[in-house]
Amino acid sequence: MTGERTEVSIWREAALVAGKDLRIEARARVALGQILPFGLIVILLFAFALDPDRGVLTRVAPGLFWIAVLLATLLAVGRAFAIETHHGARDGLRMTGLDGGAIFLGKATAIAVQLAALEVVLGVGVIVLYGVDVNGIGVVVLTAVAATVGLAATGTLYGVLAAGLRLRETLLPLLLLPVIAPVMLGATRAFEDGLGGVPGDAWPWLGILTVFAVIYTTIGVMAFGALWEEAA
Amino acid sequence: MSLVVRLRSVVCLLGRFPALAGADLDVGAGEIVLVTGPNGAGKTTLLRLLAGLLAPHSGTAEVMGCDLAVDRVAARRAIALVGHETYCYDDLTARENVKFFARAAGRRDADIDAVMDTVALSESAHLVHRGLSAGQRRRLALAVALVREPQLLLLDEPHAGLDAMGREVLAGVVRRAPSEGRTVVMVSHEVDIARPLATREVRVDGGLIETVVPRVAS
Repeated sequence: MTGERTEVSIWREAALVAGKDLRIEARARVALGQILPFGLIVILLFAFALDPDRGVLTRVAPGLFWIAVLLATLLAVGRAFAIETHHGARDGLRMTGLDGGAIFLGKATAIAVQLAALEVVLGVGVIVLYGVDVNGIGVVVLTAVAATVGLAATGTLYGVLAAGLRLRETLLPLLLLPVIAPVMLGATRAFEDGLGGVPGDAWPWLGILTVFAVIYTTIGVMAFGALWEEAA
Repeated sequence: MSLVVRLRSVVCLLGRFPALAGADLDVGAGEIVLVTGPNGAGKTTLLRLLAGLLAPHSGTAEVMGCDLAVDRVAARRAIALVGHETYCYDDLTARENVKFFARAAGRRDADIDAVMDTVALSESAHLVHRGLSAGQRRRLALAVALVREPQLLLLDEPHAGLDAMGREVLAGVVRRAPSEGRTVVMVSHEVDIARPLATREVRVDGGLIETVVPRVAS
């Protein structure tokens, strides 16, 4: 062995963790085989349920889209921590000495990438099935980015809180859902403006989503390491 | 000889049970220490403490000069533990698992190939963890530990599940440790195999490190 050791920055550490999580997900096909079909089924079921009234379907489309994303977030967060429970992987990750903030950023990035892919598919599904117009593509994309970062950051933070608990599968939704209510509200309102409304009206909601994402990402970077240790 | 491990009156609680109940231990650089003792004596807890995975409840616990009560995360960078688990991911190949831990430790890809050769796992490097045999998994766990080039290598029942070739690989790793600047603390029930490798033997019982038998490696 060469014996040479290079210093690893927090960003490279985060990229390492994100790459590892995404590679595992790509190979396990949980996101592709379970989370994506689950989101599509939610969209499809509402399309069938509300089909007689196309006007209602168009109006509720933003809310239904984000509910589907929210439910998928719960699955993705649960999965992100479940992969650390086998063969002592969580202890292995602790022993690497990686910065807690880097692990947080890596896990949140992997979740965000999966959610973003899901949102693209669901977005196409909503446009095709619900027949909604897109008046402001820029607002829609920015809203999706800010909300996805917020969901991934909050999910990762509460995911590690629940990771050390025996009833984590049921406790995670109880802990997470009340906290991400502002994301659901802001993203839905901003999508309403970006799809069928006036895109310019979405900026205040977009501001709220951005502030939420920044706050929870900052808290996560600072607190994740200690929570990760406590969860073990 | 500088001390790599220094424990003084260390109490380590698992729940309310004192798995270590006032343990004292010094381990010098380059030593190969065999830890023996009955089941439930506190051997694995001792290794998890030294690995920085557990915090001492009281007493002084220093590894590589780091106080484990204060900064055990920093200490972990110089320590590797081969425990009962592999610490690997089922859906990654053997090489990908080693690569992840190598990159986390700031090691280069050349180190990965070298360590895969060392543990005789090069031909199975493309297999995912779930597809490896028990013995291959044990060697993979050793590879994951070695690729980090730890100064302190902790081995918990390292012979379990290993075939003759695996045991030979392990023996080579342990014998070369002092010349590579590495200290080894090894827990084993298979004392006939482990004892010849050790330079010193300590016995843990009832959460105490109660006897020290000086040895010279054969």
